[in-house]
Amino acid sequence: MNKKKLLENVIHGVFLILGLITVGCVLLITVYLVISGIPAIREIGLFKFLFGKKWESSAAEPSFGILPFILTSIYGTAGAIVIGVPIGFFTAVYLAKMAPKRIKAVMEAAVSLLAGIPSVVYGLVGMLILVPGIRKLFKIPDGASLLAAIIVLAIMILPSIIKVSITALEAVPKEYEEASLSLGATPVETYFKVSVPAAKSGIATAVVLGVGRAIGEAMAVMMVSGNVPNMPSLFGSVRFLTTAVAGEMSYSSGLQQQALFSIALVLFLFIMLINATLNFFLKRDKEK
Amino acid sequence: MSNIMTAENLCLWYGNTQALKSVNIEIPEKSITALIGPSGCGKSTFLKTLNRMNDLIPGVKITGDVSYNGTNIFDPSVDVNELRRDVGMVFQKPNPFPMSIYDNIAYGPRTHGIKNKAKLDDIVEKALRDAAIWDEVKDRLKKNALGLSGGQQQRLCIARALAVKPKVLLMDEPTSALDPISTSRIEELALQLKDEYTIIIVTHNMQQSVRISDNTAFFLLGELVEWGNTERLFSQPNDKRTEDYITGRFG
Repeated sequence: MNKKKLLENVIHGVFLILGLITVGCVLLITVYLVISGIPAIREIGLFKFLFGKKWESSAAEPSFGILPFILTSIYGTAGAIVIGVPIGFFTAVYLAKMAPKRIKAVMEAAVSLLAGIPSVVYGLVGMLILVPGIRKLFKIPDGASLLAAIIVLAIMILPSIIKVSITALEAVPKEYEEASLSLGATPVETYFKVSVPAAKSGIATAVVLGVGRAIGEAMAVMMVSGNVPNMPSLFGSVRFLTTAVAGEMSYSSGLQQQALFSIALVLFLFIMLINATLNFFLKRDKEK
Repeated sequence: MSNIMTAENLCLWYGNTQALKSVNIEIPEKSITALIGPSGCGKSTFLKTLNRMNDLIPGVKITGDVSYNGTNIFDPSVDVNELRRDVGMVFQKPNPFPMSIYDNIAYGPRTHGIKNKAKLDDIVEKALRDAAIWDEVKDRLKKNALGLSGGQQQRLCIARALAVKPKVLLMDEPTSALDPISTSRIEELALQLKDEYTIIIVTHNMQQSVRISDNTAFFLLGELVEWGNTERLFSQPNDKRTEDYITGRFG
Protein backbone atom coordinates (compact mmCIF):
# COMPACT_ATOMS: atom_id res chain seq x y z
CA MET A 1 0.00 0.00 0.00
CA ASN A 2 2.73 2.41 1.05
CA LYS A 3 4.73 1.50 -1.98
CA LYS A 4 1.82 2.47 -4.21
CA LYS A 5 1.41 5.76 -2.45
CA LEU A 6 5.09 6.51 -2.83
CA LEU A 7 4.87 5.79 -6.54
CA GLU A 8 1.87 8.14 -6.80
CA ASN A 9 3.82 10.91 -5.13
CA VAL A 10 6.85 10.36 -7.33
CA ILE A 11 4.70 10.52 -10.46
CA HIS A 12 3.00 13.68 -9.24
CA GLY A 13 6.43 15.20 -8.66
CA VAL A 14 7.73 14.24 -12.10
CA PHE A 15 4.69 15.75 -13.81
CA LEU A 16 5.02 18.91 -11.76
CA ILE A 17 8.64 19.27 -12.83
CA LEU A 18 7.74 18.74 -16.48
CA GLY A 19 5.04 21.39 -16.16
CA LEU A 20 7.47 23.78 -14.54
CA ILE A 21 9.78 23.58 -17.56
CA THR A 22 7.31 25.73 -19.53
CA VAL A 23 6.81 28.18 -16.72
CA GLY A 24 10.56 28.31 -16.18
CA CYS A 25 11.23 29.10 -19.83
CA VAL A 26 8.72 31.95 -19.83
CA LEU A 27 10.18 33.36 -16.63
CA LEU A 28 13.74 33.00 -17.92
CA ILE A 29 12.96 34.76 -21.18
CA THR A 30 11.04 37.55 -19.47
CA VAL A 31 13.74 38.20 -16.90
CA TYR A 32 16.50 37.98 -19.48
CA LEU A 33 14.73 40.39 -21.85
CA VAL A 34 14.04 42.91 -19.12
CA ILE A 35 17.58 42.79 -17.77
CA SER A 36 19.26 42.99 -21.14
CA GLY A 37 16.78 45.39 -22.68
CA ILE A 38 16.81 48.10 -20.04
CA PRO A 39 20.47 49.31 -20.16
CA ALA A 40 20.23 50.56 -23.75
CA ILE A 41 16.95 52.33 -23.05
CA ARG A 42 18.60 53.99 -20.04
CA GLU A 43 21.57 55.12 -22.07
CA ILE A 44 19.58 56.36 -25.05
CA GLY A 45 16.63 57.69 -23.05
CA LEU A 46 13.17 56.12 -23.14
CA PHE A 47 11.57 58.94 -25.08
CA LYS A 48 14.37 59.21 -27.63
CA PHE A 49 14.36 55.44 -28.05
CA LEU A 50 10.62 54.97 -28.52
CA PHE A 51 9.87 58.15 -30.45
CA GLY A 52 13.15 58.79 -32.28
CA LYS A 53 12.58 58.71 -36.01
CA LYS A 54 16.12 57.79 -37.00
CA TRP A 55 17.77 54.41 -36.73
CA GLU A 56 21.43 54.66 -37.72
CA SER A 57 23.01 51.98 -35.62
CA SER A 58 26.34 51.74 -37.36
CA ALA A 59 26.95 55.41 -38.18
CA ALA A 60 29.90 57.29 -36.68
CA GLU A 61 27.40 59.08 -34.46
CA PRO A 62 24.77 56.37 -34.07
CA SER A 63 21.11 57.17 -33.48
CA PHE A 64 18.71 54.64 -32.04
CA GLY A 65 15.10 55.72 -32.64
CA ILE A 66 12.70 52.83 -33.17
CA LEU A 67 9.54 54.75 -34.01
CA PRO A 68 9.80 53.61 -37.66
CA PHE A 69 9.82 49.97 -36.54
CA ILE A 70 6.96 50.41 -34.09
CA LEU A 71 4.79 52.20 -36.61
CA THR A 72 5.66 49.73 -39.35
CA SER A 73 4.68 46.81 -37.13
CA ILE A 74 1.43 48.51 -36.15
CA TYR A 75 0.55 49.57 -39.70
CA GLY A 76 1.56 46.22 -41.15
CA THR A 77 -0.55 44.33 -38.62
CA ALA A 78 -3.49 46.70 -39.00
CA GLY A 79 -3.32 46.38 -42.79
CA ALA A 80 -3.21 42.59 -42.57
CA ILE A 81 -6.24 42.67 -40.26
CA VAL A 82 -8.17 45.01 -42.56
CA ILE A 83 -7.64 42.65 -45.50
CA GLY A 84 -7.53 39.31 -43.70
CA VAL A 85 -10.41 39.60 -41.26
CA PRO A 86 -13.25 40.18 -43.76
CA ILE A 87 -11.97 37.38 -46.00
CA GLY A 88 -11.45 35.02 -43.08
CA PHE A 89 -14.72 35.92 -41.39
CA PHE A 90 -16.92 35.42 -44.43
CA THR A 91 -15.07 32.22 -45.30
CA ALA A 92 -15.75 30.97 -41.78
CA VAL A 93 -19.47 31.82 -41.98
CA TYR A 94 -19.67 30.07 -45.33
CA LEU A 95 -17.85 26.95 -44.14
CA ALA A 96 -19.61 26.72 -40.77
CA LYS A 97 -23.13 27.38 -41.98
CA MET A 98 -23.67 27.23 -45.71
CA ALA A 99 -21.13 25.07 -47.52
CA PRO A 100 -22.17 21.66 -48.82
CA LYS A 101 -20.30 18.85 -47.04
CA ARG A 102 -17.86 18.11 -49.85
CA ILE A 103 -16.87 21.70 -50.52
CA LYS A 104 -16.45 22.19 -46.79
CA ALA A 105 -14.13 19.18 -46.50
CA VAL A 106 -11.93 20.36 -49.38
CA MET A 107 -11.79 23.97 -48.22
CA GLU A 108 -11.06 23.07 -44.62
CA ALA A 109 -8.21 20.85 -45.76
CA ALA A 110 -6.85 23.77 -47.79
CA VAL A 111 -7.06 26.07 -44.77
CA SER A 112 -5.19 23.54 -42.62
CA LEU A 113 -2.53 23.24 -45.28
CA LEU A 114 -2.19 27.01 -45.45
CA ALA A 115 -1.58 27.00 -41.70
CA GLY A 116 1.18 24.44 -42.10
CA ILE A 117 3.21 26.22 -44.77
CA PRO A 118 6.50 27.48 -43.25
CA SER A 119 6.83 31.25 -43.21
CA VAL A 120 10.01 31.15 -45.28
CA VAL A 121 7.93 29.70 -48.12
CA TYR A 122 5.44 32.56 -47.84
CA GLY A 123 8.42 34.90 -48.01
CA LEU A 124 9.88 33.14 -51.00
CA VAL A 125 6.67 33.18 -53.00
CA GLY A 126 6.09 36.79 -52.00
CA MET A 127 9.58 37.70 -53.15
CA LEU A 128 9.26 35.99 -56.50
CA ILE A 129 5.67 36.90 -57.39
CA LEU A 130 4.26 39.63 -55.18
CA VAL A 131 7.24 42.01 -55.11
CA PRO A 132 7.78 42.10 -58.90
CA GLY A 133 4.01 42.26 -59.36
CA ILE A 134 3.70 45.34 -57.16
CA ARG A 135 6.68 46.93 -58.89
CA LYS A 136 5.08 46.55 -62.30
CA LEU A 137 1.52 47.32 -61.25
CA PHE A 138 2.31 50.57 -59.47
CA LYS A 139 5.38 51.43 -61.57
CA ILE A 140 7.70 51.97 -58.60
CA PRO A 141 11.45 51.24 -58.62
CA ASP A 142 11.23 48.52 -55.97
CA GLY A 143 8.21 46.39 -55.11
CA ALA A 144 9.60 45.32 -51.73
CA SER A 145 7.33 47.43 -49.57
CA LEU A 146 4.92 47.69 -46.68
CA LEU A 147 2.12 46.77 -49.10
CA ALA A 148 3.82 43.49 -50.00
CA ALA A 149 4.29 42.67 -46.32
CA ILE A 150 0.65 43.49 -45.56
CA ILE A 151 -0.57 41.15 -48.28
CA VAL A 152 1.69 38.32 -47.15
CA LEU A 153 0.65 38.81 -43.52
CA ALA A 154 -3.04 38.95 -44.46
CA ILE A 155 -2.71 35.54 -46.09
CA MET A 156 -0.71 34.13 -43.19
CA ILE A 157 -3.32 35.07 -40.59
CA LEU A 158 -6.23 33.60 -42.59
CA PRO A 159 -5.98 30.06 -41.16
CA SER A 160 -6.14 31.10 -37.51
CA ILE A 161 -9.02 33.51 -38.15
CA ILE A 162 -10.98 30.97 -40.19
CA LYS A 163 -10.44 27.99 -37.89
CA VAL A 164 -11.19 29.75 -34.62
CA SER A 165 -14.24 31.51 -36.10
CA ILE A 166 -15.60 28.22 -37.47
CA THR A 167 -15.28 26.61 -34.05
CA ALA A 168 -17.12 29.55 -32.47
CA LEU A 169 -19.89 29.55 -35.08
CA GLU A 170 -20.40 25.81 -34.89
CA ALA A 171 -20.76 26.05 -31.12
CA VAL A 172 -23.82 28.30 -31.44
CA PRO A 173 -26.78 26.23 -30.17
CA LYS A 174 -28.98 25.01 -33.01
CA GLU A 175 -32.02 26.10 -30.99
CA TYR A 176 -31.20 29.77 -31.62
CA GLU A 177 -31.11 29.25 -35.35
CA GLU A 178 -34.30 27.19 -35.33
CA ALA A 179 -36.09 29.91 -33.39
CA SER A 180 -35.00 32.50 -35.92
CA LEU A 181 -36.05 30.40 -38.91
CA SER A 182 -39.40 29.63 -37.29
CA LEU A 183 -40.06 33.37 -37.11
CA GLY A 184 -39.75 33.58 -40.87
CA ALA A 185 -36.16 34.82 -41.08
CA THR A 186 -34.17 33.52 -44.05
CA PRO A 187 -31.07 31.37 -43.40
CA VAL A 188 -28.70 34.23 -44.26
CA GLU A 189 -30.59 36.64 -41.98
CA THR A 190 -30.37 33.99 -39.28
CA TYR A 191 -26.60 33.55 -39.65
CA PHE A 192 -25.83 37.25 -39.45
CA LYS A 193 -28.43 38.35 -36.90
CA VAL A 194 -28.34 35.37 -34.54
CA SER A 195 -25.38 33.05 -35.12
CA VAL A 196 -22.66 35.68 -35.56
CA PRO A 197 -23.72 37.80 -32.56
CA ALA A 198 -23.89 34.64 -30.45
CA ALA A 199 -20.35 33.73 -31.55
CA LYS A 200 -18.86 37.20 -31.27
CA SER A 201 -16.47 36.45 -28.40
CA GLY A 202 -15.00 33.56 -30.34
CA ILE A 203 -14.68 35.64 -33.47
CA ALA A 204 -12.98 38.42 -31.50
CA THR A 205 -10.58 35.80 -30.16
CA ALA A 206 -9.85 34.76 -33.74
CA VAL A 207 -9.00 38.33 -34.68
CA VAL A 208 -6.71 38.77 -31.67
CA LEU A 209 -4.90 35.53 -32.55
CA GLY A 210 -4.45 36.91 -36.05
CA VAL A 211 -2.97 40.12 -34.63
CA GLY A 212 -0.56 38.05 -32.55
CA ARG A 213 0.55 36.02 -35.50
CA ALA A 214 1.01 39.10 -37.70
CA ILE A 215 2.97 41.19 -35.23
CA GLY A 216 5.31 38.33 -34.34
CA GLU A 217 6.12 37.25 -37.88
CA ALA A 218 9.72 37.92 -38.94
CA MET A 219 10.96 35.72 -41.76
CA ALA A 220 8.27 36.30 -44.37
CA VAL A 221 8.09 40.08 -43.90
CA MET A 222 11.87 40.38 -43.95
CA MET A 223 11.90 38.83 -47.40
CA VAL A 224 9.28 41.13 -48.94
CA SER A 225 9.49 44.45 -47.10
CA GLY A 226 12.85 45.74 -48.31
CA ASN A 227 14.22 45.97 -44.78
CA VAL A 228 15.13 49.66 -44.73
CA PRO A 229 14.48 51.64 -41.52
CA ASN A 230 12.23 54.25 -43.14
CA MET A 231 9.18 55.77 -41.57
CA PRO A 232 6.39 53.58 -42.98
CA SER A 233 4.70 54.36 -46.27
CA LEU A 234 2.63 51.93 -48.27
CA PHE A 235 4.96 51.71 -51.27
CA GLY A 236 8.24 52.34 -49.44
CA SER A 237 10.70 49.80 -48.09
CA VAL A 238 10.22 49.34 -44.38
CA ARG A 239 11.59 47.43 -41.40
CA PHE A 240 9.48 45.74 -38.71
CA LEU A 241 10.28 45.31 -35.01
CA THR A 242 10.94 41.63 -35.59
CA THR A 243 13.15 42.11 -38.61
CA ALA A 244 15.08 44.91 -36.94
CA VAL A 245 16.23 42.43 -34.31
CA ALA A 246 16.82 39.55 -36.67
CA GLY A 247 18.60 41.61 -39.33
CA GLU A 248 21.37 43.16 -37.26
CA MET A 249 21.91 40.68 -34.47
CA SER A 250 24.58 38.66 -36.26
CA TYR A 251 27.07 41.51 -36.56
CA SER A 252 26.10 43.86 -33.75
CA SER A 253 28.04 44.67 -30.62
CA GLY A 254 28.05 47.08 -27.72
CA LEU A 255 25.24 49.61 -27.48
CA GLN A 256 23.86 48.51 -30.85
CA GLN A 257 23.41 44.97 -29.60
CA GLN A 258 21.87 46.19 -26.36
CA ALA A 259 19.45 48.34 -28.34
CA LEU A 260 18.36 45.24 -30.27
CA PHE A 261 17.50 43.61 -26.97
CA SER A 262 15.48 46.69 -26.12
CA ILE A 263 13.56 46.33 -29.39
CA ALA A 264 12.88 42.71 -28.50
CA LEU A 265 11.58 43.91 -25.13
CA VAL A 266 9.19 46.34 -26.82
CA LEU A 267 7.96 43.56 -29.12
CA PHE A 268 7.55 41.32 -26.09
CA LEU A 269 5.39 43.94 -24.38
CA PHE A 270 3.20 44.17 -27.48
CA ILE A 271 2.70 40.40 -27.42
CA MET A 272 1.89 40.51 -23.69
CA LEU A 273 -0.75 43.13 -24.40
CA ILE A 274 -2.27 40.95 -27.12
CA ASN A 275 -2.28 37.93 -24.81
CA ALA A 276 -4.01 39.94 -22.11
CA THR A 277 -6.67 40.96 -24.63
CA LEU A 278 -7.06 37.35 -25.69
CA ASN A 279 -7.48 36.20 -22.08
CA PHE A 280 -10.06 38.90 -21.57
CA PHE A 281 -12.19 37.54 -24.44
CA LEU A 282 -11.72 33.91 -23.40
CA LYS A 283 -12.68 34.69 -19.82
CA ARG A 284 -15.75 36.63 -20.91
CA ASP A 285 -16.74 33.64 -23.03
CA LYS A 286 -16.49 31.31 -20.06
CA GLU A 287 -18.53 33.53 -17.78
CA LYS A 288 -21.45 33.54 -20.19
CA MET B 1 -65.80 26.36 -38.10
CA SER B 2 -63.55 26.20 -41.13
CA ASN B 3 -60.33 24.26 -41.32
CA ILE B 4 -57.17 26.33 -41.47
CA MET B 5 -54.83 23.41 -42.13
CA THR B 6 -55.38 19.94 -43.54
CA ALA B 7 -53.07 17.03 -44.25
CA GLU B 8 -53.83 14.46 -46.93
CA ASN B 9 -51.96 11.18 -47.31
CA LEU B 10 -48.92 12.77 -45.71
CA CYS B 11 -45.95 10.41 -45.61
CA LEU B 12 -42.48 11.30 -44.41
CA TRP B 13 -39.20 9.40 -44.47
CA TYR B 14 -35.94 10.10 -42.66
CA GLY B 15 -33.62 8.31 -45.08
CA ASN B 16 -35.10 4.82 -45.24
CA THR B 17 -37.14 5.04 -42.03
CA GLN B 18 -40.75 5.99 -42.51
CA ALA B 19 -41.76 8.38 -39.74
CA LEU B 20 -45.26 9.31 -40.93
CA LYS B 21 -47.64 6.91 -42.64
CA SER B 22 -50.40 8.43 -44.70
CA VAL B 23 -51.65 10.98 -42.19
CA ASN B 24 -55.04 12.60 -42.82
CA ILE B 25 -56.27 15.30 -40.47
CA GLU B 26 -58.14 18.58 -40.42
CA ILE B 27 -57.26 21.43 -38.07
CA PRO B 28 -60.22 23.73 -37.29
CA GLU B 29 -59.51 27.43 -37.02
CA LYS B 30 -59.25 29.08 -33.58
CA SER B 31 -59.19 25.87 -31.65
CA ILE B 32 -56.61 23.81 -29.81
CA THR B 33 -55.62 20.51 -31.33
CA ALA B 34 -53.49 18.22 -29.16
CA LEU B 35 -51.19 15.60 -30.65
CA ILE B 36 -50.56 12.71 -28.26
CA GLY B 37 -48.80 9.37 -28.42
CA PRO B 38 -45.73 7.58 -27.05
CA SER B 39 -42.19 8.81 -27.77
CA GLY B 40 -41.11 8.33 -31.36
CA CYS B 41 -44.68 8.01 -32.63
CA GLY B 42 -44.26 10.85 -35.15
CA LYS B 43 -46.27 13.57 -33.40
CA SER B 44 -43.36 16.04 -33.28
CA THR B 45 -42.36 15.14 -36.81
CA PHE B 46 -45.90 15.89 -37.97
CA LEU B 47 -45.88 19.21 -36.11
CA LYS B 48 -42.60 20.26 -37.71
CA THR B 49 -43.93 19.39 -41.14
CA LEU B 50 -46.66 22.01 -40.76
CA ASN B 51 -44.20 24.92 -40.92
CA ARG B 52 -41.63 22.98 -42.92
CA MET B 53 -38.98 22.98 -40.21
CA ASN B 54 -38.24 19.43 -41.35
CA ASP B 55 -36.73 20.94 -44.48
CA LEU B 56 -33.62 21.60 -42.39
CA ILE B 57 -32.95 17.91 -41.75
CA PRO B 58 -30.90 16.29 -44.51
CA GLY B 59 -32.39 13.19 -46.11
CA VAL B 60 -36.05 14.01 -45.47
CA LYS B 61 -38.53 12.91 -48.12
CA ILE B 62 -42.18 13.93 -48.02
CA THR B 63 -45.15 12.82 -50.12
CA GLY B 64 -48.78 13.83 -49.88
CA ASP B 65 -50.26 17.25 -49.22
CA VAL B 66 -50.47 19.72 -46.39
CA SER B 67 -52.59 22.72 -47.13
CA TYR B 68 -52.71 25.99 -45.27
CA ASN B 69 -55.69 28.21 -46.15
CA GLY B 70 -56.21 26.10 -49.24
CA THR B 71 -52.63 26.34 -50.57
CA ASN B 72 -50.34 23.33 -50.65
CA ILE B 73 -47.36 24.33 -48.49
CA PHE B 74 -44.98 22.15 -50.52
CA ASP B 75 -45.81 23.96 -53.75
CA PRO B 76 -42.62 25.46 -55.24
CA SER B 77 -44.31 28.85 -55.43
CA VAL B 78 -44.75 28.97 -51.64
CA ASP B 79 -42.24 31.20 -49.85
CA VAL B 80 -41.23 29.11 -46.86
CA ASN B 81 -40.29 32.21 -44.85
CA GLU B 82 -43.80 33.60 -45.38
CA LEU B 83 -45.27 30.27 -44.33
CA ARG B 84 -43.22 30.23 -41.11
CA ARG B 85 -44.30 33.76 -40.41
CA ASP B 86 -47.95 32.64 -40.54
CA VAL B 87 -47.34 29.33 -38.81
CA GLY B 88 -45.23 30.15 -35.77
CA MET B 89 -43.53 27.74 -33.43
CA VAL B 90 -42.70 27.33 -29.75
CA PHE B 91 -40.09 24.73 -28.97
CA GLN B 92 -39.74 22.07 -26.32
CA LYS B 93 -36.81 23.75 -24.59
CA PRO B 94 -37.23 27.50 -24.07
CA ASN B 95 -34.81 29.04 -26.56
CA PRO B 96 -34.67 32.81 -26.19
CA PHE B 97 -31.87 34.50 -28.12
CA PRO B 98 -28.92 35.66 -26.01
CA MET B 99 -30.10 39.26 -26.30
CA SER B 100 -32.31 41.63 -24.33
CA ILE B 101 -35.97 40.82 -23.71
CA TYR B 102 -36.95 43.69 -25.99
CA ASP B 103 -34.67 42.57 -28.81
CA ASN B 104 -35.97 39.02 -28.56
CA ILE B 105 -39.53 40.16 -29.23
CA ALA B 106 -38.52 42.78 -31.80
CA TYR B 107 -36.39 40.29 -33.72
CA GLY B 108 -39.23 38.94 -35.86
CA PRO B 109 -40.87 42.28 -36.72
CA ARG B 110 -37.45 43.82 -37.47
CA THR B 111 -36.61 40.93 -39.76
CA HIS B 112 -39.84 41.63 -41.61
CA GLY B 113 -38.87 45.24 -42.14
CA ILE B 114 -40.41 47.21 -39.25
CA LYS B 115 -37.88 49.86 -38.18
CA ASN B 116 -40.07 52.51 -36.57
CA LYS B 117 -39.24 52.64 -32.85
CA ALA B 118 -42.72 53.61 -31.66
CA LYS B 119 -44.29 50.88 -33.75
CA LEU B 120 -41.83 48.30 -32.43
CA ASP B 121 -42.51 49.44 -28.85
CA ASP B 122 -46.21 48.83 -29.43
CA ILE B 123 -45.66 45.40 -30.94
CA VAL B 124 -43.33 44.37 -28.12
CA GLU B 125 -45.77 45.49 -25.44
CA LYS B 126 -48.76 43.82 -27.09
CA ALA B 127 -46.90 40.56 -27.62
CA LEU B 128 -45.68 40.49 -24.02
CA ARG B 129 -49.17 41.31 -22.73
CA ASP B 130 -50.71 38.61 -24.93
CA ALA B 131 -48.22 36.12 -23.54
CA ALA B 132 -49.09 37.17 -19.98
CA ILE B 133 -45.56 38.16 -19.08
CA TRP B 134 -45.67 41.96 -19.49
CA ASP B 135 -46.06 42.74 -15.80
CA GLU B 136 -43.08 40.59 -14.90
CA VAL B 137 -40.66 42.07 -17.42
CA LYS B 138 -41.85 45.60 -18.21
CA ASP B 139 -39.18 47.11 -15.93
CA ARG B 140 -36.32 45.14 -17.38
CA LEU B 141 -36.89 45.05 -21.11
CA LYS B 142 -33.22 45.88 -21.72
CA LYS B 143 -31.96 43.00 -19.56
CA ASN B 144 -30.70 39.77 -21.09
CA ALA B 145 -33.50 37.27 -21.65
CA LEU B 146 -31.32 34.41 -20.42
CA GLY B 147 -31.69 35.82 -16.89
CA LEU B 148 -35.38 34.87 -16.77
CA SER B 149 -36.66 31.66 -15.18
CA GLY B 150 -37.51 28.68 -17.40
CA GLY B 151 -41.25 29.36 -17.29
CA GLN B 152 -40.75 33.04 -18.04
CA GLN B 153 -38.40 32.17 -20.89
CA GLN B 154 -41.05 29.94 -22.42
CA ARG B 155 -43.70 32.65 -22.20
CA LEU B 156 -41.16 35.04 -23.70
CA CYS B 157 -40.73 32.60 -26.59
CA ILE B 158 -44.50 32.53 -27.02
CA ALA B 159 -44.51 36.34 -27.06
CA ARG B 160 -41.70 36.30 -29.61
CA ALA B 161 -43.74 33.99 -31.82
CA LEU B 162 -46.86 36.18 -31.42
CA ALA B 163 -44.94 39.34 -32.37
CA VAL B 164 -44.92 38.39 -36.05
CA LYS B 165 -48.72 37.97 -35.93
CA PRO B 166 -49.03 34.33 -36.91
CA LYS B 167 -52.33 32.64 -37.62
CA VAL B 168 -51.29 29.23 -36.34
CA LEU B 169 -49.07 28.51 -33.34
CA LEU B 170 -47.29 25.18 -33.19
CA MET B 171 -46.18 24.12 -29.71
CA ASP B 172 -43.80 21.21 -29.34
CA GLU B 173 -44.18 19.91 -25.77
CA PRO B 174 -43.88 23.48 -24.48
CA THR B 175 -44.23 22.54 -20.82
CA SER B 176 -42.10 19.41 -20.64
CA ALA B 177 -39.14 21.35 -19.21
CA LEU B 178 -41.23 23.39 -16.77
CA ASP B 179 -42.44 23.07 -13.17
CA PRO B 180 -46.19 22.54 -12.44
CA ILE B 181 -46.93 26.22 -11.72
CA SER B 182 -45.28 27.43 -14.92
CA THR B 183 -47.04 24.63 -16.77
CA SER B 184 -50.49 25.72 -15.60
CA ARG B 185 -49.69 29.32 -16.58
CA ILE B 186 -48.81 28.20 -20.10
CA GLU B 187 -52.00 26.14 -20.27
CA GLU B 188 -54.11 29.12 -19.19
CA LEU B 189 -52.31 31.18 -21.76
CA ALA B 190 -53.05 28.68 -24.52
CA LEU B 191 -56.75 28.78 -23.62
CA GLN B 192 -56.73 32.58 -23.87
CA LEU B 193 -54.85 32.58 -27.14
CA LYS B 194 -57.27 30.30 -28.96
CA ASP B 195 -59.70 33.22 -29.33
CA GLU B 196 -57.29 34.69 -31.84
CA TYR B 197 -55.00 31.89 -32.91
CA THR B 198 -55.16 28.28 -33.98
CA ILE B 199 -52.99 26.21 -31.67
CA ILE B 200 -51.55 22.78 -32.36
CA ILE B 201 -49.77 21.36 -29.35
CA VAL B 202 -47.71 18.22 -28.98
CA THR B 203 -47.91 16.84 -25.48
CA HIS B 204 -46.73 13.72 -23.71
CA ASN B 205 -49.22 14.49 -20.96
CA MET B 206 -52.74 13.16 -21.57
CA GLN B 207 -54.20 15.22 -18.72
CA GLN B 208 -52.89 18.31 -20.43
CA SER B 209 -54.63 17.30 -23.61
CA VAL B 210 -57.90 16.79 -21.73
CA ARG B 211 -57.53 20.11 -19.91
CA ILE B 212 -56.91 22.39 -22.85
CA SER B 213 -57.66 20.84 -26.22
CA ASP B 214 -60.81 20.83 -28.33
CA ASN B 215 -59.57 18.05 -30.56
CA THR B 216 -57.03 15.34 -29.95
CA ALA B 217 -55.08 13.23 -32.42
CA PHE B 218 -53.46 9.98 -31.32
CA PHE B 219 -50.29 8.91 -33.13
CA LEU B 220 -48.67 5.49 -32.91
CA LEU B 221 -45.62 4.28 -34.85
CA GLY B 222 -46.01 7.00 -37.46
CA GLU B 223 -49.67 6.34 -37.97
CA LEU B 224 -52.50 8.69 -37.04
CA VAL B 225 -54.66 6.11 -35.28
CA GLU B 226 -57.62 8.37 -34.71
CA TRP B 227 -58.54 11.97 -34.12
CA GLY B 228 -61.60 13.95 -33.14
CA ASN B 229 -63.31 15.75 -30.30
CA THR B 230 -61.18 15.44 -27.17
CA GLU B 231 -63.99 14.49 -24.82
CA ARG B 232 -65.27 11.84 -27.20
CA LEU B 233 -61.81 10.43 -27.90
CA PHE B 234 -61.02 10.00 -24.22
CA SER B 235 -64.46 8.65 -23.27
CA GLN B 236 -65.30 6.50 -26.28
CA PRO B 237 -62.24 5.81 -28.38
CA ASN B 238 -62.99 4.15 -31.71
CA ASP B 239 -59.77 2.19 -31.89
CA LYS B 240 -58.59 -0.48 -29.48
CA ARG B 241 -55.05 0.95 -29.58
CA THR B 242 -56.30 4.37 -28.51
CA GLU B 243 -58.16 2.82 -25.63
CA ASP B 244 -55.08 0.86 -24.54
CA TYR B 245 -52.96 4.00 -24.64
CA ILE B 246 -55.33 6.34 -22.80
CA THR B 247 -56.04 3.76 -20.13
CA GLY B 248 -52.30 3.44 -19.56
CA ARG B 249 -51.76 -0.08 -20.85
CA PHE B 250 -48.64 1.08 -22.72
CA GLY B 251 -46.72 4.22 -23.61
